[in-house]
Amino acid sequence: MSVAIRIQQVSKSFGAVQALDRVDLEIEPGEFFGLLGPNGAGKTTLISALAGLVRADHGTLRVMGHDVQSDYRAARRQLGVVPQELVFDPFFTVRESLKIQSGYFGISNNDAWIDEILENLGLTPKANANMRMLSGGMKRRVLVAQALVHRPPVIVLDEPTAGVDVELRQTLWAFIRRLNEAGHTIVLTTHYLEEAESLCSRIAMLQSGRVVALDTTANLLRRFSSHTLRLRSRGEMPVDLVLGAAQSGGWWSLPFDRYEEVELLLARIREAGCGIEDLEIGKPDLEEVFVRVMQGESKGGGG
Amino acid sequence: MGHGFSTLLCKEVLRFWKVASQTVAAPVLTALLYLLIFSHVLEGHVKIHGVAYTSFLIPGLVMMSVLQNAFANSSSSLIQSKVTGNIVFVLLPPISYLEFFSAYVLAAVVRGVVVGTGVLLATCWFAPLHFAAPLWILAFALMGGAILGSLGVIAGIWAEKFDQLAAFQNFLIMPLTFLSGVFYSINSLPPFWQQVSHWNPVFYMIDGFRHGFFGVSDASPWHSFAVVAACFALLTAFTLHLLKRGYKLRA
Repeated sequence: MSVAIRIQQVSKSFGAVQALDRVDLEIEPGEFFGLLGPNGAGKTTLISALAGLVRADHGTLRVMGHDVQSDYRAARRQLGVVPQELVFDPFFTVRESLKIQSGYFGISNNDAWIDEILENLGLTPKANANMRMLSGGMKRRVLVAQALVHRPPVIVLDEPTAGVDVELRQTLWAFIRRLNEAGHTIVLTTHYLEEAESLCSRIAMLQSGRVVALDTTANLLRRFSSHTLRLRSRGEMPVDLVLGAAQSGGWWSLPFDRYEEVELLLARIREAGCGIEDLEIGKPDLEEVFVRVMQGESKGGGG
Repeated sequence: MGHGFSTLLCKEVLRFWKVASQTVAAPVLTALLYLLIFSHVLEGHVKIHGVAYTSFLIPGLVMMSVLQNAFANSSSSLIQSKVTGNIVFVLLPPISYLEFFSAYVLAAVVRGVVVGTGVLLATCWFAPLHFAAPLWILAFALMGGAILGSLGVIAGIWAEKFDQLAAFQNFLIMPLTFLSGVFYSINSLPPFWQQVSHWNPVFYMIDGFRHGFFGVSDASPWHSFAVVAACFALLTAFTLHLLKRGYKLRA
């Protein structure tokens, strides 16, 4: 049971569409793991296969050592999934929904934990409101709460912040971070790359059903992105600098690795007799990594 | 059967009970209207097995309501959950396919029996009724409800849209129940249609159920029970097979 999630050679196709193509992935207990990729890359299919909502054509998936097909009951007890679609049961109140969900997992006296989840997600005032009466953001919180009723060691969130306001994002991430610190393994898919960058310690990128990048967030940033010196110049830039730079909207972007290089770059510009109108320094970001990986590029060279 | 099963059963019962005016009161009223109209037209003209027509009709209407509502319960619950997407709430937990099946079918039986009891209470004032063999009444009501509940599970899983479910209901369930001897004894039919009726399992459900009231019927209650039990066993095996395979629920 050393691995929280073990995915081995998993393939799945829907008709002619190859949704997953021999995916291998291992996620350690306690990791905050990001699963990124463009729409249709296979993120949701992979999560669905893990949750038993979709059956893989080939390969095996295990949650905390339990195979999701042959040992599905144990595997599902270890897993909490927040689905991407904003679904709810219109017949019940928030509290009823959570009690029912607890019962499905074989838990009968769950009131104390339900109260704690409600409080942490800011749902306490809505506990007795019917699901139909809730706003979209509130329904999203209930979905998170439903995934947590059975205290799963592994929590998977499929785009939990899509179309969600700032306040909920902050509440949600603060809570998920606490769960992660308490030892829960978190797997997250999102299109907000700055979220993934600040939360996830390791990231896999999927494209057309294949894992195209898998590394720690720090390594990915180092490998695929760099600091940039961005400036607007007055006069001719030195030719050798221009070669390694990109230009857009009157701004030059000069990549560099260490801050000491900035001095040299500025000195070269000054020596060329070129004035500087405006200047800023950009840090490596995951968006650049993402774009590079998806285009099959490595670091360096202007986009 | 674990706590997951009992929770799913409770949830399914609560689901229809919370909208009881639509799921219980409405079908009781419909059955009452059938009784008023048919007994107005036929009472005094027709006697079947030596029983006055209205007395004969009441058990038929009760059983028809049991069957139709059992079917409606499981099928509509599943299709609603599928269309709205909240079916994931029952697919994500560690509920076995046997628990899943049993909970939906049992909830369907509960709805059928609740509506059937309602119809009986609403109609028993209109004609004298006997309860010659209450155990047969109970056995056929439960078995019939379970069969139609299973059919509802199959239809609910198979249908992807509401109109497909409606087609299943209108072109299969309705003819089977209406042409099963609810409103008449099949002995009054021409020989060919008598033969056809003997291939309709719903005929045996209603005939056996009615035997429980009057002690007389077109077929022997043991024969009917054997047919009904065989149907249930077959449907159970088929539905469990579909669920185990994840047919249309787990792609």
